Amino acid sequence: MKNRLNNRLGLGGWLGGGRYGVDRYAYAFHRLTGLGILAYFIMHIFVTGMRVGGQEEWERTMAFFNAPVFKAGEFLVFLAFIFHAVNGIRLVIVELACGIGRPHVPAYPYTNSTMRQRPFVVAVMILAALLMITGGVDFYFMLN
Amino acid sequence: MRESRLWFWHILSAIVIVFLLGAHMGTMHMNTILNSLGLGSADPVGSVEVFRRSASPVFLVAYIVLLGSALFHGLYGLRSMLFELSLSKSVEKTIGGLCAFAGFALFGYGTYVAIVVYRMHGVQP
Repeated sequence: MKNRLNNRLGLGGWLGGGRYGVDRYAYAFHRLTGLGILAYFIMHIFVTGMRVGGQEEWERTMAFFNAPVFKAGEFLVFLAFIFHAVNGIRLVIVELACGIGRPHVPAYPYTNSTMRQRPFVVAVMILAALLMITGGVDFYFMLN
Repeated sequence: MRESRLWFWHILSAIVIVFLLGAHMGTMHMNTILNSLGLGSADPVGSVEVFRRSASPVFLVAYIVLLGSALFHGLYGLRSMLFELSLSKSVEKTIGGLCAFAGFALFGYGTYVAIVVYRMHGVQP
């Protein structure tokens, strides 16, 4: 463990945003949604694998997953995907240092984080909310 | 250097996923709206539609690319999260090996299914 950072906070360090604000909670939520999507994706590979059994097998599988509880779960996965994708695009843009200003000494009042990155987070959350509402409307019409 | 390269692939796979999974989600979960606009299908998970798509070489390639990208992105993300827990080198190595094994196994199974279904319905006499 020599020369390695010691993460004393463990799992709490992932989830707790502390006083770091909305960006830090977006980070924690990005990870949570990522884990949820990964778990669903692995199950999805096996469910879509049912196609090997032919059309009848597929129809039987889809009839089973047509129950409301699975539809609700599917909608949760959809919401998680929208958040993870839209926030992920923001992270890639920030990673490539686009739209966040030139690097400078981080001196208060931290203009880059408060004047550039924070509005970016808010804009991204609004876009995610709009996409979630659109998907929600679709699910509503599908169920009715 | 190796980690930088893996991180680069993680970002590149994210971009691929946004396009392919975005199209998938739009087709599957916004189909009522798309259908009312004259786009998309009324029943995208119905067997007729599913097997019609499975018979298309474009969908076959897109499916395999999406499968590989999503597995790499997801499992590398999981590995990165676990590595932040200050684990010993041997545990990290085991986790890396398990993630790689799971990734290759799932990719092999998913690709096998895609090719079998493509050949069942795509190669008609």
